Formats: sequence, C-alpha cells, structure tokens
Amino acid sequence: MNLDTNLPDLWSLVWQATFETLYIVAITLFLGGLLGLLLGLALYVTRRGGLYASRAANLTLNVLVNFFRPIPFVIFIAAVQPLARVVVGIGIGNRAIIFALTLAAAFGISRIVEQNLVTVRPGVIEAARSVGASRLRIIGTVLVPEALGPLILGYTYAFVAIVDMSAIAGVVGGGGLGNFALQYGYRQFDTVVTWTAVLIIVVLVQLVQLLGNVLARRVLRR
Amino acid sequence: MALVELRDVHKTFPATRGGTAVEAIRGVDLSVEAGEIVGIVGYSGAGKSTLVRLINALESTTSGSVRVDGREITTLREKELRQVRLGIGMIFQQFNLFDSRTVWGNVAYPLQVAGVSKADQARRISDLLHFVGLADKAHSYPDQLSGGQKQRVGIARALATSPSLLLADESTSALDPETTEEVLALLRRVNRELGITIVVITHEMEVVRSLAHRVLVMEAGRVVEEGPTLEVLSAPQQPVTRRFVGTIIDDEPAPEVLDALRARHPGRFVKLAFRGSETRQADVFAELLRREVRFELVYGGIEEVQGDTFGNLTLALDGDAAAVDDAVNALADLVPTQELAR
Ligand SMILES: Nc1ncnc2c1ncn2[C@@H]1O[C@H](COP(=O)(O)OP(=O)(O)OP(=O)(O)O)[C@@H](O)[C@H]1O
Ligand SMILES: [Mg+2]
Repeated sequence: MNLDTNLPDLWSLVWQATFETLYIVAITLFLGGLLGLLLGLALYVTRRGGLYASRAANLTLNVLVNFFRPIPFVIFIAAVQPLARVVVGIGIGNRAIIFALTLAAAFGISRIVEQNLVTVRPGVIEAARSVGASRLRIIGTVLVPEALGPLILGYTYAFVAIVDMSAIAGVVGGGGLGNFALQYGYRQFDTVVTWTAVLIIVVLVQLVQLLGNVLARRVLRR
Repeated sequence: MALVELRDVHKTFPATRGGTAVEAIRGVDLSVEAGEIVGIVGYSGAGKSTLVRLINALESTTSGSVRVDGREITTLREKELRQVRLGIGMIFQQFNLFDSRTVWGNVAYPLQVAGVSKADQARRISDLLHFVGLADKAHSYPDQLSGGQKQRVGIARALATSPSLLLADESTSALDPETTEEVLALLRRVNRELGITIVVITHEMEVVRSLAHRVLVMEAGRVVEEGPTLEVLSAPQQPVTRRFVGTIIDDEPAPEVLDALRARHPGRFVKLAFRGSETRQADVFAELLRREVRFELVYGGIEEVQGDTFGNLTLALDGDAAAVDDAVNALADLVPTQELAR
C-alpha cells in the first residue's frame, strides 16, 4: 500500500471542502426538507379519508414523486441541469448541485414524511376536528407535533442520504469532501487523503445521528 | 324546543373501489331535550357512531335535517360548522388524547382554538382539572395515565369550551367495570351539576341502566325502539331490544332454560311483570295461597333502574287444574301476566 501522502500540504483544502460540504448539505436539508415536508403533507392529506381528500390530487402527486424518486442522482443532476440554468442561473458549480440536491431530497423526504404521518392515530385528528379546529390548524398543531419524534429520525436519515448524494458534486464542478477525496485522494493514488475525507464524513454523520437521536428521544420522552 | 332535532336523516357512504355503497343511516328521527341523558344502543355496525357524528357534523348528511339549538346545520359551510362544533363536546372510546401534549395542553387545545386569552385559559383548565379530579396530573403526559384518568382528561377537554351538549361514543368500552363506574359517575355529575345534555352511545346495557334517562335502540341504520329507560328495560318490545335487555336482566328464561325448568317443575308457567309500586307481590302471593294453588318462583328477579325498581318473575303453578285456571285469570287482573307456552 502506498502511504506517501501530500496531506500536510492540503489541510487548508480539507477544511474548505468540509465547510463546503456542510454548506451544501445544510442548505439542501433546509430547502429540500421544507419542500419535502409540504409535499409529504400534501401526499398525506389528500389520501382517502384525509383532511383534504382528493383522488385526483393524490394520484397526481404520487405519479410525480414516483417518477422522479427512482432516478439515480448522478443522472438526475444531468437531467435537471437545464432547469437549474433557469432557476439558479447556472448549470454547474455549488449552486447547481444544491438545486439538484434540493429537488432530489424533497422527493425522497416527502415519502419519509408521508410514512410518518400515516402513523398518527386518526382519532386524534377526529378529536381536533370535534373541537372546531380548522384543517390547517390541525396540520400545524396536531398532525406534525404528534409525528415529530419519527419525523426527526426521518430527517436525520435524510441528512445522511444528502451527504451521500453530495459526494458526486464534482461531476458538475461542485466542491465538498466527496469531490476533494476524488480529486486529491483517488486520482493522486493518495490513500491517506482519501481516508482523511472519509473519516471527516463519518464523524459528521455520527454527530448528526447522535443529535437526531437525542432530539427524537426528548420529543418522544423515551 | 329540543336541543338536537333530526328529521328523516339518511347517510350513505359512497361505494369505494371494489365495494358497494353503505346505507349507514336510513331515515332517523330523533330529538334530544336540553338537560337529559339519552342512551343509544345497538350492535356493531348499527350506525350509532355515524349518527352522533352527524350531530356535530364530523360527517355530512346525505338527506334530511339536523338542527342543533334550533339551527339547521346541514346547509352550513365548513367555517360555520367549526363554530357549531365548538359548542359540542365529544369523548371517544380510545380517548384520542394528544400524546405530544400534557394533560394541561390537552385541555388547553379547544380553548386555543376558541381564541381564549392565556389568563382565562389557565383559570378554566385549572377549574376543569379539579372538577375531574386530576389537578395533580396537569403536567403528566397521556402515556403516564391509566385508562380511567385518560378518559377524565378527555371529558375535561370536551368540556373546556363550556358546551351545552356532550357526545360520548363508547366512552367506557375500553375500561374495566370499576373504572367504568367512576367515569359514569363523573358523567352523571356533568349532567346534574353543569346541566350539560349528554348523548351516550354504547353496546353495554349496564351503561344505559345506570346513566340514561331515555334510550333509543338502533338496528341497521334505524331507530327501532325508544322510550324512558325504565319502560324499555321493563317491557322491551323488539327482538333486538329484548336481546340487549336480556344481557343485564333475567326477563324470561331462554328456550333451553325453560325446558330444563319444566323437567324439574310440574304445572303451568306464568311470567308476572311487576312495575314500580303499582302491584304488590304480597297481593299476588296471598291470592295464590287463598286459591290453594302451589307456586314456586323458578326464574327472574327484582331490577333497579336509577332508583326505580321492577321485576319479571316466572312462577310455576301447580294444583287442581280448575283452580290453577282460575288463579291465572285472577292474577291477570292484578298484574300483567303472560303464560309461557310449551
Ligand atoms: N367512513 C366510512 N366509510 C364507509 N363506510 C362507513 C364509514 N363509517 C362507517 N361506515 C359503515 O357504516 C355502518 C355503520 O357504522 P358505525 O360506525 O356508525 O356503526 P356503530 O353502530 O358505531 O358500530 P360499532 O359499535 O362497531 O362502533 C357500518 O356498516 C360501517 O361499515
Ligand atoms: Mg361506533
């Protein structure tokens, strides 16, 4: 195994890549998380017997999500590149990758959200309706709070998936730890650099998982 | 004017894929007077839950009229319906508390919906928790409470906005007998002390016996029998009512029991229906003794319904055939008498 390494010269790049990954993932988690939450809520409330039950709307949403979700992310980036040019003004770099990640994350998260909302007992929604709460109020004050514990765990899982997807950013000139590992580690046959990037990612993921678990436990009180 | 008035109400659930439409309610008339406790009994699927859900418009009617406090609610829009629901409390078999909120937070919810100020909320919640005896549990979460405590929180939550009507859908069916009695006692206080009208749905006749002033029996989406509880329990008319009444009252022996009794006791069997204090048993027995008819009590008992008593007693009469004939005729003048055919 080749242990010659350029790592000592690359520390500033390591930190920059770490920062870039955090930045890309944070924005994606926020925007994609929000979009995914809305989409997931829409999927849930339009189901049969739901607060806004509508066969047509539910079918449309399901087709939409099912169409985009299975696309492998590396192809998804290429597919939405024209759209990225329109929306964020550029088809390459971090902005383009955040755009693609946000969309992909939203579709994925919407299913996580929907699955967690389904576990809320219909009876509590009925109870809220029986005291005269409006549908929007029920969504905000009953539905989401009742599913909050599992939702936090779902979003923690989504964070890991976004870190995973973001590693491919290099293909459209985006930065981050994935790109750094490929460019300075893999292509330079520098195993130490590759593993440095790997370890940082592992630590990041562990920290966030821990945070998610603690938050979820606090919400679930167990 | 009745607090709740249903006229020829129908509710049909449209067919879902692969199924057929369900006519859950088929022409129900119902009035509930302010201040009374009305029990609705019926077997599973009779349409009881659907019927109460029409009263607070959780479900919309297919046709017919539903009036609450004189106001026709079938034509109201969602926003106006929310106002109506605010004035009707509801409690559930599975309690349906918000697990993410404390006891306090659960009771606060309807008040928040109603836009009550924080200070008024606090006063009201505190009063309610004292009323249901859970002041010390204000900061507990539902999963830390027993079933009976959960239902008491459910009652406090349902009463938060001071409704004039409380709907109770199988509110004690998930509880053990002792806890059931506790919750029923609380509901009785809700009715007596707060003057709140209550509609209880149940398949337990015991709940009707101890709580309801009036009872309606439902079968296949219709009300098949109704009347004051004492009347319905002491003289059930419809087969379904008899079966329900039979679960708590030994009205008359079932055919196989009757056969066994006949094998042991000679003579003719008559069922005597004693109601309140109208007829004294002593008179009946004295009459039989006077006529030298031997009698034996083979089935039945004295029942209590909210302070009133009645009894259905089956006697085996033995002796000279002519004397027994005369005795049966004489008894019929004293008390409703029915001969149990062989
Ligand atoms: N949302 C619904 N969609 C379709 N059918 C329904 C719906 N709700 C109730 N039904 C049907 O309406 C009929 C009456 O149901 P309902 O729940 O009112 O009965 P119930 O008397 O309350 O029974 P239980 O004692 O089991 O609670 C049943 O056949 C039921 O399957
Ligand atoms: Mg029911």
